[in-house]
Amino acid sequence: MCGIAGLIHRNKSSNVGSELQGMLQALKHRGEDSTGYALYGDTDGKNFIARIKIGENVGEGSSSVAEDVSVYDERKKVVDDCIKELGAKIVKEERTLPYSLRYEIEYDKKDLLEFSQKIESIPGVEILSMGKSLEVIKDLGNAKMVCERYNLDKLVGTHAIGHARMATESGVDIKSAHPFWGYPFSDVSVVHNGQLTNYWNNRRVLENKGMRFMSECDSELIAVYLAEKMRSGATLEEGMKESLSGLDGVFTYFVATKNSLGMAKDTMAAKPLVLYESDDLVAMGSEEIAIRSVLPQEIDTYDPFDGEVKVWQI
Amino acid sequence: MANLKNVTKKTKAQEMGMHSEVLTGRTQQKFFNPDEAENFYYFGTYDVDFNKRTDLDVKDMTAAEANKKIDGLMSEGYGTIVIKNPQGKHSLGVGILNKLNLIFEGSLGYFGIGSCDGPVVRINGRVGWSCAENLMAGKVVIEKNAGSCFGAAIRGGDLICKGSVGARTGIDMKGGTIIIGGDAGAFTGFMMQRGRIIILGDVGINLGDSMYDGTIFIGGEIGSYGSDAVPSELTKSDQDWLKRKLKVAEIGANFDVSKMTKVVAGKKLWNYDNLEPTEKKGAI
Repeated sequence: MCGIAGLIHRNKSSNVGSELQGMLQALKHRGEDSTGYALYGDTDGKNFIARIKIGENVGEGSSSVAEDVSVYDERKKVVDDCIKELGAKIVKEERTLPYSLRYEIEYDKKDLLEFSQKIESIPGVEILSMGKSLEVIKDLGNAKMVCERYNLDKLVGTHAIGHARMATESGVDIKSAHPFWGYPFSDVSVVHNGQLTNYWNNRRVLENKGMRFMSECDSELIAVYLAEKMRSGATLEEGMKESLSGLDGVFTYFVATKNSLGMAKDTMAAKPLVLYESDDLVAMGSEEIAIRSVLPQEIDTYDPFDGEVKVWQI
Repeated sequence: MANLKNVTKKTKAQEMGMHSEVLTGRTQQKFFNPDEAENFYYFGTYDVDFNKRTDLDVKDMTAAEANKKIDGLMSEGYGTIVIKNPQGKHSLGVGILNKLNLIFEGSLGYFGIGSCDGPVVRINGRVGWSCAENLMAGKVVIEKNAGSCFGAAIRGGDLICKGSVGARTGIDMKGGTIIIGGDAGAFTGFMMQRGRIIILGDVGINLGDSMYDGTIFIGGEIGSYGSDAVPSELTKSDQDWLKRKLKVAEIGANFDVSKMTKVVAGKKLWNYDNLEPTEKKGAI
């Protein structure tokens, strides 16, 4: 199953961390193997924020192999050295959990491909997200557990997307959890509900074009597919419209950038989505109860039709 | 279990002319004799008084608690129940097997009003997926929009949505009438076997795909026809029926039914196995 939720405030900021937590927790019956947040916080836009994973959560239910915490320390040191070699400077660092790093980085290049490739060439290291506003936080457990573990409820921003996962196609681990970063594009993230049936064909084609996959989760394909379209010059909306025929299977997915939030639904309309739209706020989720957690009053909602693509700006 | 193949007893259904083929095995059909009415008890039903009215706030209840409470109120004879603050909860108002006026002040989640037989339900908000699934009799009116699989497998009753609905409306329906005031998504009437669907607005792709029987009336544009769904002549009696039905449904008061498209089954798929190979190709 899996549940997805997203919201975008237009003309103002809000406590999107707490709001998304409420929406995803309302969907926890759709899956609580892992939960992920892609939060677009208010920043001064000067530095990049990188969320880097240097190990897996090997707690109860995890399909990952346990590693000694000392391995994480060694990896962190290699990552720090590598960032220096790339001519970047770590301005601020947080290590909420032994395997999770949050860095604010001064880096004057716009293209993040070289940076990402270099960092991810370190075994066991993955950049979960990188951008001037985006932070992807994902871990095992339901929305409330992940929110508390990473102190997300105070995060203020304009928009956010998230995912409550029931693992079906790949393991119970952080690398297979959503959201996926639109590597190597700054501030692009994707969440998906459904199943893609032409994953391996598309993956082979995209890998031949130099695109990178970090997991064997079919949903990662959407992020990579859109990133490749954008690298070829398409706008986000154009890439999303092409995905309706380029991706086979059943899907409803959300994609977010620094300034926008979009949704796409497959031509069979096989996966649910309920949408609320007003001048100030767009909120959507797999079920209406997700929207009700931020808008308990009586509101007008609707199901987007088959093959529909929509994009909203902040 | 022995000698089942040798059982060729003529069933009541055959005696009534419902089918002529001789079936083997034991029948599970039950027939009701009106003379023995007092010996029958329809489990889970209540005699209610429509003038006995009450409110029920379900804000802090689970779906199971709310449904149990509704059942309790019916057992006390309440015939008109107003549900406050449903707030998109799933599976509310299910399994009601007697007459009842049930009013929801707000929206429902998935599987609302499922497996009901007899109540008149009005929902002032929207409903999620699979509203009124398996409805046997009664009337359900939704004032706003509805999700996908609206009226899945209904066997009777009237199901009315004044807004728009998602995909697969009336999937596998076996009777009854579904009326939509707005648009409908893809695969409307997918595998329907009997009954009628009226859509006043546009409808998505694959309309009536693999329908066995039944009739669909469309007021707006059709995305595309599904396998074996074909347009048919809209007769005078069709138009009279549509006018009557829309009036009863309090919907489309000034709608011009004469311009609607009538869609029926081409009946090439339902006996697919009997077709010649060349005919099969044409049927798909």
